[in-house]
Amino acid sequence: MKIKALSRPTASQQAPGSSVVRQPRNLDPAQHPFERAREYTRALNAVKMERLFAAPYVGQMGDGHVDGVYSMAKDPNSLDHFASGSGDGVVKVWDFTTHKEIWNTQAHENMVKGVCWTPEQKLLSCASDKTVKLFDPYRSSSEAPPLATYLGQSPFTGVSHHRSLPAFAASSSQISIYDLSRPSSTPSQTLHWPTSVDTITSVAFNQTETSVLASTAMDRSVIMYDLRTSSPLSKLVLRLASNAVSWNPMEAFNFAVANEDHNVYIFDMRKMDRALNVLKDHVSAVMDVEFSPTGEELVTASYDRTVRLWDRAKGHSRDIYHTKRMQRVFSAKFTPDNKYILSGSDDGNIRLWRTNASDRSGVKSARQRAKLEYDQALVNRYSHMPEIRRIKRQRHVPKTIKKAAEIKRDELSAIKRREDNIRKHTKKTALSKKQHEREKMILTQEQ
Amino acid sequence: MADKALTPAENREEKRRLFEAQKTYGRGKAVQTRTIKNQKLKRNLKAVEDKVKDATLKAKDAEILLEHEAGFLEPEGELERTYKVRQDDIRENVGIETAKKGFELKLEDLGPYRADYSRNGRELLLAGRKGHVATMDWRNGRLGCELQLNETVRDAKWLHNNQFFAVAQKRNVYIYDHKGVELHCLNKHLEPLFLEFLPYHFLLASAQMSGFLKYTDTSTGQMVAELPTRLGSPTALAQNPYNAILHVGHQNGTVTLWSPNSQAPLVKALVHRGPVRSLAMDRQGRYMVSTGQDQKMNVWDIRMFREVHSYSCYQPGSSVAISDRGLTAVGWGTQVSVWRGLFDAAQADQGKVQSPYMAWGGDGQRIENMRWCPYEDVLGVTHDKGFASLLVPGAGEPNYDALEANPYENTHQRQEAEVHGLLNKLQPDMISLDPTFIGKLDTIRDQKNQEERQARDPDYKAPDPMEKIKNRGRGRNSALRKYLRKKGRSNVIDERRLKAEQLRKEHAARTKDKVQAEREALGPALGRFAKKEL
Repeated sequence: MKIKALSRPTASQQAPGSSVVRQPRNLDPAQHPFERAREYTRALNAVKMERLFAAPYVGQMGDGHVDGVYSMAKDPNSLDHFASGSGDGVVKVWDFTTHKEIWNTQAHENMVKGVCWTPEQKLLSCASDKTVKLFDPYRSSSEAPPLATYLGQSPFTGVSHHRSLPAFAASSSQISIYDLSRPSSTPSQTLHWPTSVDTITSVAFNQTETSVLASTAMDRSVIMYDLRTSSPLSKLVLRLASNAVSWNPMEAFNFAVANEDHNVYIFDMRKMDRALNVLKDHVSAVMDVEFSPTGEELVTASYDRTVRLWDRAKGHSRDIYHTKRMQRVFSAKFTPDNKYILSGSDDGNIRLWRTNASDRSGVKSARQRAKLEYDQALVNRYSHMPEIRRIKRQRHVPKTIKKAAEIKRDELSAIKRREDNIRKHTKKTALSKKQHEREKMILTQEQ
Repeated sequence: MADKALTPAENREEKRRLFEAQKTYGRGKAVQTRTIKNQKLKRNLKAVEDKVKDATLKAKDAEILLEHEAGFLEPEGELERTYKVRQDDIRENVGIETAKKGFELKLEDLGPYRADYSRNGRELLLAGRKGHVATMDWRNGRLGCELQLNETVRDAKWLHNNQFFAVAQKRNVYIYDHKGVELHCLNKHLEPLFLEFLPYHFLLASAQMSGFLKYTDTSTGQMVAELPTRLGSPTALAQNPYNAILHVGHQNGTVTLWSPNSQAPLVKALVHRGPVRSLAMDRQGRYMVSTGQDQKMNVWDIRMFREVHSYSCYQPGSSVAISDRGLTAVGWGTQVSVWRGLFDAAQADQGKVQSPYMAWGGDGQRIENMRWCPYEDVLGVTHDKGFASLLVPGAGEPNYDALEANPYENTHQRQEAEVHGLLNKLQPDMISLDPTFIGKLDTIRDQKNQEERQARDPDYKAPDPMEKIKNRGRGRNSALRKYLRKKGRSNVIDERRLKAEQLRKEHAARTKDKVQAEREALGPALGRFAKKEL
């Protein structure tokens, strides 16, 4: 008779001479009963922890500005510096790590509408006083006069630097291209749509397809220009005016516009008869929009006193940030490392937020990282479960915004109902084709 | 055959590997993504399926890390029988450390005893009918605590670890800690007969003499459910470790299945022709073995609720237990028989297993209760003269998962496991016959909701099932004829069929009238040419 009974040597649970206890695993499903239920419970705990640790607000930058912050720009060649322009003409440069200002100047007499960094880490600012000024904040004191001043015909509203050439575009009633390498203070080139007369509100160079630039104007248009032919390419007229435009840094042909009708539209510049996506959640005009450096997410600043974060492919916001004292938000930017968000608002403060509210910077151990990744995967896997979805989506929103959202929803549904009723009781032949939600806002499109 | 020749050898090898892996580590059938129309859904599902496949293969590959092999007892000649092997023989043939695991305790005065091993198999709890309760670290032979309760003790159970245990005493259930200090008296559990503890749900269940089944959450102390079985005093209680359903055996031979979510039994099955004596379920929740006063041991398939085999005992089996590797121990009279391969035989639809794997006893001790020690080749048998720890090679799971239950855990690991267990405590409403229902689409509730909505709606008219077959097509292949022609339902007479028949009759009568009218219109000479409609 062959006989063998189970015996485990003590060395199998703790190697001799070592204090480390071994923890052998066995993946046989029979040893892990209720795996579905346990996984779901873990997912539930994970999503609760995520909300528990959600603390988006990090702090504000120094003492902020005296007047509202209407423009901000991050230095593309630095991880920890950015500039902001205020309503009283002051421009300040800030340091992320210390939250302190490192440079400031009374740059303009009027509202600073746009700031922008050059590749040589000099700062351009434009304002309603019809000037664009060039400063050197890293190498000069705060009292130093501007390196150069560029003059225009009408108040400037935005400025954007070319990726590689020493040229920048400033928008007023037209787009003026100035050459930084020439001493002249007059534009080297001007661009405008032949029939448009209204003020252009913002301008942005594409940083990948470098000679293309986009602008938004008061006449509700979004216009693309090409520097190589020095002519406009195409014009898109939406129902309401747009306030800001931002190119996707990863997909160079996609851009987002922040519209007055509370929505953000993402377009493909090659095919502009239809939006790629419509981001709906704000209850007031969207004042600024920016793609994250990864191109996956967007941040928007709105007149409804909130900042929202969006997934590029989803229609509703991922998160909403607000504080009691934050007034109308006029600009919002991602930091270059994609970890934080800056918002500049009417109350003159510049606030720093986390991109992921429950995220914590700081060195994490490998186990901690693995746990967080596992939790994330669990939450994703069970995100269709009602309890998990509810907890994940739950946000405390100011009463006014909640109320406004309710009213907006009611009114939109009333409009929709009315339209549906009309469609229902009209002859099929007399009906026009139902417009898609992604095409509705487009009035005309010109080449 | 041709197909086999066409597939390259490595491809075949790959397929075989996957098949092997899926046998143990598979999680059911894969979703067929080929027919899905929605591209986004298709892509997502395909990604999920790929991930599952990968995980299955990797789990199979990780088997190389399992370091222990199960014990066995193998005859070398044709004349040798494994059930002839005595405990002494085994003890001589195994190592000293293993041989020490077989021992006997003489406890003649306060018995009969009931035994329970803690979840990792390290500690043993013995409870004598006359009030003697003792815990011990049985491998070291170290006594944990010893109590003399001076009242009847009917059952005792470890809770989630070796720090607490519950004792079913004369009137109430009490909870003690490892030092023997009474912590709680559960006075809602009146006159308890049997105890069960659901470790993942932290539920302590007791079957009462009155027929009630009560669940208490041991982490919060809340009473979760009080279920009336309405079948008198229960005779057996066991939990299904796969889905945490409690099986209760009754005087009339029925076994009822309970979850704390329903006041009525989920299933009621007549298992024996006499009182049920004892019940046990296998680890994967596939089979139930029960013994009854009718001197039978029945093997039931609990997925289909079908008896697969019935074995005879010479005396009513007082106790039955199934080990992790599927060995079934039955105690009948003074004997213990251990059966191997009961479930394999049931699965393969073979005949019964002819002879037991091992046997013990016959020395005049009436068997009271048996428990397999988890992760060991040890069977704990309590009888009216004490306790015997038997070596049964091949019974225990050789490779434990340290994060599930660790037989060698230290204090820190035990504390960690307790915290994790509590964090991941399952809610009582997750107990159901199919434990994988979580996260699936609830089609039944949706259907019910729809019906309720329709019932509330005064304008709702139920769709006429005849509407479909009435007006579709004409002639020989009209929907009506097709329906009536359908084979294999000639003996099914339902409302639909009756209506169809009637329609057919009306149709025939109408045609007949039509032909008649035409015939009359054509006159007596030409009437015979009137066209019969199909």
